[in-house]
Amino acid sequence: MLYREAGQFKTSYEADEAVFPILQDRIGVALILVIGFAVVPFVSSNFIVNSVLIPVLVLSLAAIGLNLLTGYTGLLSLGTGGFMGVGAFACYKLTTFFPDINIVILILLSGFVSAAVGAVFGLPSLRIKGFYLAVATLAAQFFLSWCFIRVPWLYNYNISASIEVPTRTLFGIPLTGPTATPLTRYIIVLSIVVLMTWIASNLIRGRLGRMWMAVRDMDIAAELIGIKLYRTKLLAFAISSYYCGVAGAMMVFLWLGNAESESFSINQSFLILFMVIVGGLGSLMGSFFGAAFIWGLPIVLRFTPQFFGMPLNAATVEHLTFMIVGALIIFFLIAEPAGLARLWQVGKQKLRVWPFPY
Amino acid sequence: MDLLYKVFIDPFVQMGTAPDLLVQTMWEGLVAGVLYALIALGFVLIFKASGVFNFAQGIMVVFAALTLVGIYTLLRNWGLQQSNLAAFLALGLTIAVMFVLAVGVERLVLRPLVNQPDIILFMATFGLTYFLIGLGELVFGGEPKVMIANELYLPKGAIDIKMLGGFVQFQKIDIAAAIIASIMVASLGIFFQRTRIGRALRAVADSHRAALSVGISLEQVWIIVWFAAGIVAITTGIMWGARSQVEFSLQIIALKALPVLILGGFTSIPGAIVGGVIIGVGEKLGEFYWGPLLGSGIESWLAYVIALIFLLFRPQGLFGEKIIERV
Repeated sequence: MLYREAGQFKTSYEADEAVFPILQDRIGVALILVIGFAVVPFVSSNFIVNSVLIPVLVLSLAAIGLNLLTGYTGLLSLGTGGFMGVGAFACYKLTTFFPDINIVILILLSGFVSAAVGAVFGLPSLRIKGFYLAVATLAAQFFLSWCFIRVPWLYNYNISASIEVPTRTLFGIPLTGPTATPLTRYIIVLSIVVLMTWIASNLIRGRLGRMWMAVRDMDIAAELIGIKLYRTKLLAFAISSYYCGVAGAMMVFLWLGNAESESFSINQSFLILFMVIVGGLGSLMGSFFGAAFIWGLPIVLRFTPQFFGMPLNAATVEHLTFMIVGALIIFFLIAEPAGLARLWQVGKQKLRVWPFPY
Repeated sequence: MDLLYKVFIDPFVQMGTAPDLLVQTMWEGLVAGVLYALIALGFVLIFKASGVFNFAQGIMVVFAALTLVGIYTLLRNWGLQQSNLAAFLALGLTIAVMFVLAVGVERLVLRPLVNQPDIILFMATFGLTYFLIGLGELVFGGEPKVMIANELYLPKGAIDIKMLGGFVQFQKIDIAAAIIASIMVASLGIFFQRTRIGRALRAVADSHRAALSVGISLEQVWIIVWFAAGIVAITTGIMWGARSQVEFSLQIIALKALPVLILGGFTSIPGAIVGGVIIGVGEKLGEFYWGPLLGSGIESWLAYVIALIFLLFRPQGLFGEKIIERV
């Protein structure tokens, strides 16, 4: 209905293999980027930017990280929160040691620390798989959580055992810390997320991504066609942890402003896993949908009773939110186990052939 | 050198010089292990019969305990004078609630999701966890509650036994927990091995399709295992509640059942018990003798690391069935 791709003939291999082979899709993506970068900053309030846009983008990046591991390589991980924490604490230590280096570069660098830790904790995946592996990654989660509390060096021997984000500037404009405006932070977050999503989409389409998917679909067969399992799986862990680490660093430096070990607890891991599964395993688009859904749902639910003028106290709303989120997760799994990304595809296809479905 | 001494020699010297402390620590580990094992047992029951990795077992324990205390308070408030009668009435009603829960889960969650990949079912039990947390807090409130241990004729107090040149203290409730857990395991074992329903459960565990073709009702079997897991959850809830308090943080402790599970193997009932004891004793000894070296609190992850080390040598757990893969 909206548009048709009739008449667009591809005459070269490059054109056929493009990320967005259809002209209208390219226009659509460009439009979304323009809106994201140029329109949103002018029309949304600080509240929307601070508690909806930035969190959703940061969590989307973490979800992409986990999706690379769980959705594309088929390795179930419950250590996401821990790996995010490694990124955050690494960034904090780096900016303590090198206060002169730009914070954005440090955020991207801190992901490498997280990648190294992820690769180490990915070692058991060479021997075990499935739920056994999931429990093994819990070891990473709990060990890292313990480190965040018990190793005071990580938070610079701060008495409150938490990180306070220092102010870092670029050309005199504060990027992080209490004086940074939500809009500046939003623009940085958006840039990093767009860049890393673009890299991820190319990773998946390339040799590495195909190796991952081969391992996911059947690892023995993948081994037989010459894919080195240990290298593929460890790379999946490392790259996934890199994404999670950057997301964790952004979460502390560009969103929350301070953090303690509790921010990277097991619950964070579960939340990201929810996003990946509700959004759709093995779909980048799904990671964004999942993050928006899981983050947005409680916010919407919190404001619904107010909207209708229902006198519910905060605690009741909190409990009802839990129940509704739980029920909705089950409902979505039943309605579409392949996640929101599949719903999007189905909807798009329906619209494409409307009003003459075949 | 000093460090090596502290890691490899000093703890054993301590064990040798104060054997009563060693016995005390091991006993505490044993009891903790038995409680982990009880939660793991609930997991194993459901995994064996339906292949569902039931994350909600931990919250089921909390939910069962809350329901028990909640109904008891309600009955007393309605004017039931005899506290023992009220307690056992509440126990009966709680069992009924767990049955309703089992039927509900089968109808609303498992049946529509039949034939889905494992991870989807796993996520569905996450949804169930959220739902039960919300429901529990909504109905019973979030504050910690005291378990009605006295009213259920559970012993309290402690016995001091003189041994090995010191006193070792045994809490009576811990002894009761160990005994009840053993009875529970034995009766589940007999149920699985000897009864008609038990055979049906094992048949379903072997192959859903083959079981269907000889006329076993999958729906019925699922209700039975979830109900059995519910009963195990009530027992665990009472025991754990009597040792500390009934509160939602128990649910996180319930995650400790996971290393027990991979240690023992997902499908083995004796494995759950042996795994529980190994994890419980291992983490208490580790915390007591090696913990101070690392700055204590290592209990939170030691269990997982122990399990991980075991897994590297036996990927299917101690008692799990050998994983055979075909292309």
